[in-house]
Amino acid sequence: MSEFLQQLLNGLSLGAIYALIALGYTMVYGVLRFINFAHSDVFMVGAIIGYYTGHHLPPGTVGSGLVVLAAAMAGCALLGIVIERFAYRPLRNAPTLNVLITAIGVSLLLEYTFQNQHVFGAAPQLFPPVFPVKNFQLGGLSISSNQLIVIGVAALLMVALEFIVHRTKIGTAMRAVSLNPKAAQLVGVNIDVVISFTFGLGSALAGAGGILYALNYPSVEPLMGVVPGLKAFIAAILGGIGNIPGAALGGLILGTVETFVSGSQWSTYKDAIAFAILIVILLFRPAGILGKFTVEKV
Amino acid sequence: MPKPHLALLAALLLAFGISHFSGLIDPYYLDVLTGIGINVILAVSLNLVNGYTGQFSLGHAGFMSVGAYLAAAVSVFLGPTLLGPGGGTAFQQNALFLGALLTGGLSAAVAGLLVGVPSLRLKGDYLALVTLGFGEIIRVIFQNVEKLGGALGLNGIPAYTSIFWVLVFVALSVFVVTCLVHSTYGRGFLATHDDEIAAEAVGLNTTRYKIVAFVIGAFFAGIAGGLYGHFKMTITPSGFDFTKSIEIVVMVILGGMGNTLGVILAAILLTLLPEVLRSVAEYRMILYSFLLIVLMLARPQGLFNFKRRKAKP
Amino acid sequence: MLAVTDLHVSYGAIAALSGISFQVEQGSIVTLIGGNGAGKTTTLRTVSGLLRPKSGAISFLGEDITTLPAHQIVARGLCHVPEGRMIFSNLTVDENLAMGAYLQHDPVRIAANRDYVFSIFPRLRERLKQTAGTLSGGEQQMLAIGRALMGNPKFLMLDEPSLGIAPRLISTIFEKIVEINRVHGITILLVEQNANLALEISRHAYCLETGRIAMEGESKKLRHDPQLKATYLGG
Repeated sequence: MSEFLQQLLNGLSLGAIYALIALGYTMVYGVLRFINFAHSDVFMVGAIIGYYTGHHLPPGTVGSGLVVLAAAMAGCALLGIVIERFAYRPLRNAPTLNVLITAIGVSLLLEYTFQNQHVFGAAPQLFPPVFPVKNFQLGGLSISSNQLIVIGVAALLMVALEFIVHRTKIGTAMRAVSLNPKAAQLVGVNIDVVISFTFGLGSALAGAGGILYALNYPSVEPLMGVVPGLKAFIAAILGGIGNIPGAALGGLILGTVETFVSGSQWSTYKDAIAFAILIVILLFRPAGILGKFTVEKV
Repeated sequence: MPKPHLALLAALLLAFGISHFSGLIDPYYLDVLTGIGINVILAVSLNLVNGYTGQFSLGHAGFMSVGAYLAAAVSVFLGPTLLGPGGGTAFQQNALFLGALLTGGLSAAVAGLLVGVPSLRLKGDYLALVTLGFGEIIRVIFQNVEKLGGALGLNGIPAYTSIFWVLVFVALSVFVVTCLVHSTYGRGFLATHDDEIAAEAVGLNTTRYKIVAFVIGAFFAGIAGGLYGHFKMTITPSGFDFTKSIEIVVMVILGGMGNTLGVILAAILLTLLPEVLRSVAEYRMILYSFLLIVLMLARPQGLFNFKRRKAKP
Repeated sequence: MLAVTDLHVSYGAIAALSGISFQVEQGSIVTLIGGNGAGKTTTLRTVSGLLRPKSGAISFLGEDITTLPAHQIVARGLCHVPEGRMIFSNLTVDENLAMGAYLQHDPVRIAANRDYVFSIFPRLRERLKQTAGTLSGGEQQMLAIGRALMGNPKFLMLDEPSLGIAPRLISTIFEKIVEINRVHGITILLVEQNANLALEISRHAYCLETGRIAMEGESKKLRHDPQLKATYLGG
């Protein structure tokens, strides 16, 4: 039983990180109907920003941890906005495929740039322990402070996101744009502003995800975003792409399933599990768990 | 004799000619040429799927890996028994290699059928994802087959790939794709691409066209995989991950989807580009990705697509 | 108030509007009538900035708005109630109205506008917390007009307000349109297939045919024009 709870806890803290990244995919898909392939690299950049700022701060204090988190979120928000402005906006009315390829180009550009030895280098670097580290024993359960931080920060950010999306003007505008961009323009919404905001918000969450992932891992390298990014993306599909609570739910489910599989005898197949879930979902319920399936208009 | 058949004959003769004088060519250039040829096969076959029927597949590297592994398995495990202790004559080796390639190609075609039948009813982004998912699953499966080297990969594959075989299959893939597209049957591909619902309304079974395209595309991807394995002499599952698929997709898009000549040129260009940029070694991939973005922004219809076949609605 | 001069619009190679010109005077109701594909909706979309014209000019209150983006045109008081209503179907009625006031920053004014919308369409008040997609066609049309009114329009463009609405509601909606114009002084440009109704409430009318203005004049006179009668008014 405690073994089960332990795995569940580990799964939830992994899932919380997937959820944070998945939210960015889903929000961008909501307003632009395209898959932002570079999102996983924004996550990586978040971790690397954390790596650099963390080295200039006293280790093991809550203050440093929060500063690192804030720096990564701000840096990633800016990066996301810049990427959208220069790489995606010129292609706003181009076929999806072209935007997808451009996104792949941006992804490769970020990866190769950071792999350059004058920038960061290809070798993994140890992530500084910015937050205090402690282990708690609860019954048979071993809980690390990092796990609590991951779950706590992720939960807080999701509540904040829920607030922004449902209780603020720009959040309502985001939902309006995703439902009907033309009608949104006709009530005076500047679509460009809303899209920039969406990219900023999603990228900030990915930045936070990058820090939380690096804390637990604990190393950073330029390709670290690829696999978690794909998984998070699958989580977004699982929950129903474009659906914000769905992305959070999908992340948690995927993280938990994956942790249980890696604790079992099929552990070497844990990466395939995510894709198998993806395929089953797309074939049998393409709209995801919480999504509504809309027939493509002719 | 129809024109494409003449062209094929000429290409095969050329392949024979070049391979005859391959001893005179600098080995480095020969290697680059082989790399180009393999990429051309991959791009041309993916173009049948992405360009002509408009189905966006991100799993081409998966089919390539099926071909690479199965072909390598034939020559590594069956080869010694069939060729005997002496290693066999050159003719026997080439016959074995052809058998291995066809095994790889056919296995990939079967994999294409298995993937295609359930997933081709999806469209656009979704199809791209499912094919990506299948590609990754194929990779993870190879990672777990100990007999094939697991995650470390399969080593000691005999270097059977010669410029002759590469050119032969380049010619064959271009020939098959061209003939298919220009046949009455092949008009169905284009119709499926242009307007699926209208194509169905006039009685075309669009699903069948899509599956045929997908299976043939997978077959040639498998052949390319076999050639690649016997060229590099070692293959690893991670060499066939989705970044490889994306590399091939980029060739198709840059070439101008549905434009075979453009796609061939793009495959050549994109294989040469990293070679040319070798002098700026550490910046070449940065430059490569940057150029990719710039090209997409500046020429969204593809680099070599000079006439737009139809306006997008 | 609104002056459109020699407007050309095309979709790819296909010309949708080939040089139309018309004016709408302050305080009036003007209607564009014509068959399917005549270019009525294209005209409205171009005026409101959703489409870009190939050539020609649009001026509103003496200012050239031809190249302004849609959201800046709304900010000048020119609101467009699009064809098919385009309400935000997953948002509540309340949120839809709030979106209509997106550019308004004075809470007192917003509250007043809401009361004004409810006074015209009391039904919306009852449905406030309901998801807009669950409303009936007529209620959705009310919401679409109400949403536009929340933006303090000086000029309202209505695209086919009678489309897909129960017949008994059509006359209600048209009464409200007249009320909005008479009582509140909002100028209206109305696009309608139901030419009878449109000519009844409008002062001036333009008749579009394949991207050109085929006929124009006072609505009263056009209603009795034999040629127009034969084509659009069912004999």
